[in-house]
Amino acid sequence: MIPAGFDYHAPDSVAEALRLLDELDDAKLLAGGHSLLPMMKLRFAQPAHLVDLGRIPGLSGIREEGDVVVIGAMTVENELIRSEIIRRRVPLLAEAAALIADPQVRNRGTIGGDIAHGDPGNDHPALAIALDAGFVLEGPGGRRPVKAEDFFLGTFMTELADNEILVEIRVPGLAPHTGQAYEKLKRKTGDWATAGAAVVITIEQGKVGAVRIGLTNLAPSALRAEAAEQALLGQPLSETTIEDAATRAAAICDPAEDLRGDRDYKLAMARQMVKRAIRKAAARCP
Amino acid sequence: MNAPNERSAELAGIGEARLRKEDARFIQGKGNYVDDIKLPGMLFLDVVRSPLAHARIKRIDTSKAKAIPGVLAVLTAEDLKPLKLHWMPTLAGDVQAVLADDKVCFQMQEVAVVVADDRYIAADGVEAVEVEYEELPALVDAKAALAPDAPVIREDIADRSEGAHGPRSHPNHIFTWEAGDRAAADAAFAAAEVTVAQDMLYPRVHPCPLETCGCVASFDPVRGELTTWMTSQAPHIVRTVVGLLSGLPESKIRIISPDIGGGFGNKVGVYPGYVCAIVASIVLGRPVKWIEDRIENISTTAFARDYHMSGELAATRDGRITGMRVKVIADHGAFNSHAQPTKWPAGLFSICSGSYDIPAAYARVDGVYTNKAPGGVAYRCSFRVTEAVYVIERLIDVLAQKLSIDKAEIRRRNFIHREQFPYTSAFGWQYDSGDYERGLQKVLEAVDYEALRAEQAAKRADPDCPTLMGIGICTFTEIVGAGPSKACDVLGVGMFDSCEIRVHPDGSAIARMGTINQGQGHPTTYAQIIATELGIPSDRITIEEGDTSTAPYGLGTYGSRSTPVGGAATAMAARKVHAKARKIAASLLEVGEADLEWEIDRFQVRGDPERAKTMKEIAWAAYQHAPSGEEHGLEASYYYDPPNFTYPFGSYLAVVDIDRATGETKVRRFYALDDCGTRINPMIIEGQIHGGLTEGFAVAMGQQMPFDAQGNLLGNTLMDYFLPTAVETPHWETDFTVTPSPHHPIGAKGVAESPHVGSIPCFSNAVADAFAHLGVTHLEMPHSAYRVWRQLHASGVAL
Repeated sequence: MIPAGFDYHAPDSVAEALRLLDELDDAKLLAGGHSLLPMMKLRFAQPAHLVDLGRIPGLSGIREEGDVVVIGAMTVENELIRSEIIRRRVPLLAEAAALIADPQVRNRGTIGGDIAHGDPGNDHPALAIALDAGFVLEGPGGRRPVKAEDFFLGTFMTELADNEILVEIRVPGLAPHTGQAYEKLKRKTGDWATAGAAVVITIEQGKVGAVRIGLTNLAPSALRAEAAEQALLGQPLSETTIEDAATRAAAICDPAEDLRGDRDYKLAMARQMVKRAIRKAAARCP
Repeated sequence: MNAPNERSAELAGIGEARLRKEDARFIQGKGNYVDDIKLPGMLFLDVVRSPLAHARIKRIDTSKAKAIPGVLAVLTAEDLKPLKLHWMPTLAGDVQAVLADDKVCFQMQEVAVVVADDRYIAADGVEAVEVEYEELPALVDAKAALAPDAPVIREDIADRSEGAHGPRSHPNHIFTWEAGDRAAADAAFAAAEVTVAQDMLYPRVHPCPLETCGCVASFDPVRGELTTWMTSQAPHIVRTVVGLLSGLPESKIRIISPDIGGGFGNKVGVYPGYVCAIVASIVLGRPVKWIEDRIENISTTAFARDYHMSGELAATRDGRITGMRVKVIADHGAFNSHAQPTKWPAGLFSICSGSYDIPAAYARVDGVYTNKAPGGVAYRCSFRVTEAVYVIERLIDVLAQKLSIDKAEIRRRNFIHREQFPYTSAFGWQYDSGDYERGLQKVLEAVDYEALRAEQAAKRADPDCPTLMGIGICTFTEIVGAGPSKACDVLGVGMFDSCEIRVHPDGSAIARMGTINQGQGHPTTYAQIIATELGIPSDRITIEEGDTSTAPYGLGTYGSRSTPVGGAATAMAARKVHAKARKIAASLLEVGEADLEWEIDRFQVRGDPERAKTMKEIAWAAYQHAPSGEEHGLEASYYYDPPNFTYPFGSYLAVVDIDRATGETKVRRFYALDDCGTRINPMIIEGQIHGGLTEGFAVAMGQQMPFDAQGNLLGNTLMDYFLPTAVETPHWETDFTVTPSPHHPIGAKGVAESPHVGSIPCFSNAVADAFAHLGVTHLEMPHSAYRVWRQLHASGVAL
């Protein structure tokens, strides 16, 4: 449990961090370290350089820009849980962050690290997809936006280029009468999801006006369940429509068998989590 | 003079719920664990381990590792051969490779060690050692071990037809052990009105103490003395083993167990890491530290269980058990290095007739080698008692289901009754005392059992009910306190234990024992025993254990033996001090000893209580002017050889609700009634029961060590291995009865392991009971959501 040797860098600006990424061979960004450091201790990862983003002012924090909630990439999970803005505007993130790992990890683990790592077991990718969030990537040529649903390409593969840094997560304003919920089945405290579903749903005059569904750990990357969303749009919520949506959501899943269960179990749990999240989110619609 | 009740309270003796006096140190981070030991010039040792479960070693190249600045030595089996230390004897009559000799027999087996200036350089050295393997087919399934074409694991002993425990029938066969009367049991089955049979696996699990194993070995080449700080539950026996291996006299070996962060059986054995650190220290003349990481701990040092059991009961139609048969294939891994009394290859497994009056019984255990890590320790239990209790407590439920008899009622019909004690079981054990009906009745009333069964019936009648409700009962009897030396020894050393008490001139005292605390509360409870025996306040008594140079020889702490054996030695040593104090008091008061009576903290003259000498006064006198014919001082030691084991028991009841959609099992209620005889410190007992129940919950609901077909261990980190936190741990309700042991000096029986032993079958019984109306008799542990869901699916009740 001792990593191979590496050099540690602690830049104090994004520009400096980008310069280091450009100059150094085999550098990895450190954004909390609760995925990267265990991999290094097991020597599965042996980067020559670590560039720690933890000392760059302005990369963490939560603010409102008009209708949009802007979350700095280095904001730790416990800040999400405690933030008044998050609790008022995006309670889904506070609810879900409380299901990530344990309090000690949540003091160090960041939302940006969780997203940029590209691990299908991480929770924030599906949450960001359900919230229709946008990510801001900064590289040598400046900043560029990417929508959450376009960011995740596969296990540990994302739109983030080797010379870029994820700096912001931008959550757009939600329509009135919108409810949010995250259902995560896990074996124990600190575990990744056996199956997870994030739902953001708007109910207007008894019918689904808008809905977005994100799925955790059910495929090589986080998924948006578009066919399930389509099946619900314009429909009243009933056991039949919810069941239909859950079946459509499970149909796009491609989970890997592991100690949490085989494919059949995970597909069944995908259906369960989607159903539960839809019901819970709908019940929360004001 | 204070009133007697005030003086008695001041002692804080037996029965007092006294706060643990060692805790202040621990909760302030002031503990002193092995990894806290830092010596000048200390080196670090790290281990090169096999990635394969079964392979021949073709070549080991240590040159690159040796070339790393700061690496002082790299040792392989070849280097240990001249010292004859490449193999070591195990506690179970086998040998174990210290470093792999020619081949590796389990994944992560020790192949070489690197000694370096610090642990970082040592880890780099491990990476740089090149080992070339030729992979061999792995044997993972214990039930296939004795097949004619099974891969031979132990080539070193393949041709030996005789092992430490009798004939061997196959190169992978370790022993066959039988107990009971086979012919009588077979006759009972032939004549039975009803029989039931159930196969069950008690899966391989790991005790997983929070502190992993490790040591600091420090050899002084000038004085020729070896001091080793070690995570050991049995430092004295380790000293004897080290003496045997090293050739050093025991007088030049000092083993110190400092604070230990949990043992649970994992820290009884002698591991290759200890041996290599000691060799490295002797060779290099510098202190050497070795500390396991978590993956190494779970993967290599002492697992528990792994018993493939087939149990049968014969009974009358009204549920009276007439016979029992059990057959076990015991997976011991690649070396038989399980830690238990040397003559008992299956431990005390034949306690498997449980709390029931079963007239005929037979058990057979066949130990086999597989390509898995060696071990087989008593994980928070007395040797194999957990497995024994599991098989009988599951079988009696299976019988109840077959006969449609209530699961509480069938136990009542078969209990050994109070008036039958002392009771000799069909396996020959002499149960010391018990009152099983009283405990069960108290539990059933406390939880309103009838109402629970009515609720269950209503839920079963409702097809839309989202949960399955299960009620589990376990009425277990343990056998602990190993043990009588005529039956129990470790490498020939009888399993007595010891205590040495010195009362100082001011009436305070120090006592040292051969046991060693790992969180059980010894510094508190032993002091309470002495307080009551000698009338010295607990707060003025210091307890020391774990240093072989100061403590009297003892066999250590495991198998719930501290209170039954060490606690008895403590009481008996105190009584020797008490006897001398009486002589001194008689001399001081100028009366005959027979004219004195003991009263809380003093001897007083019979009929004239104003004439008295307190223990404090007597202590001073003992150092001032001893009575004629007596030596000065006030001290005694006692080596206690127990006349029998003790037999704690309990009645547990669990209520679970299983989510038909996800398979998750929620423990709604758990009621644990324990009878451990005399209760020394009720607060510590409750804490120990909470801990034992939580570990039982962990085993039943989540712990497992899954292997793939190549022998790779798939879950060896805390990401997969289940250690429950406060979040998932159920609420525990505890209760007690008191049935003292008639042969123990203070009537105490031991308690910390009962909740582990008793709760595991209780959880399994509850989960199986939830499916009983669907014809299901058994679900294998662990009862994870996934496994339970598969049963829901198979039974057609998954939502």
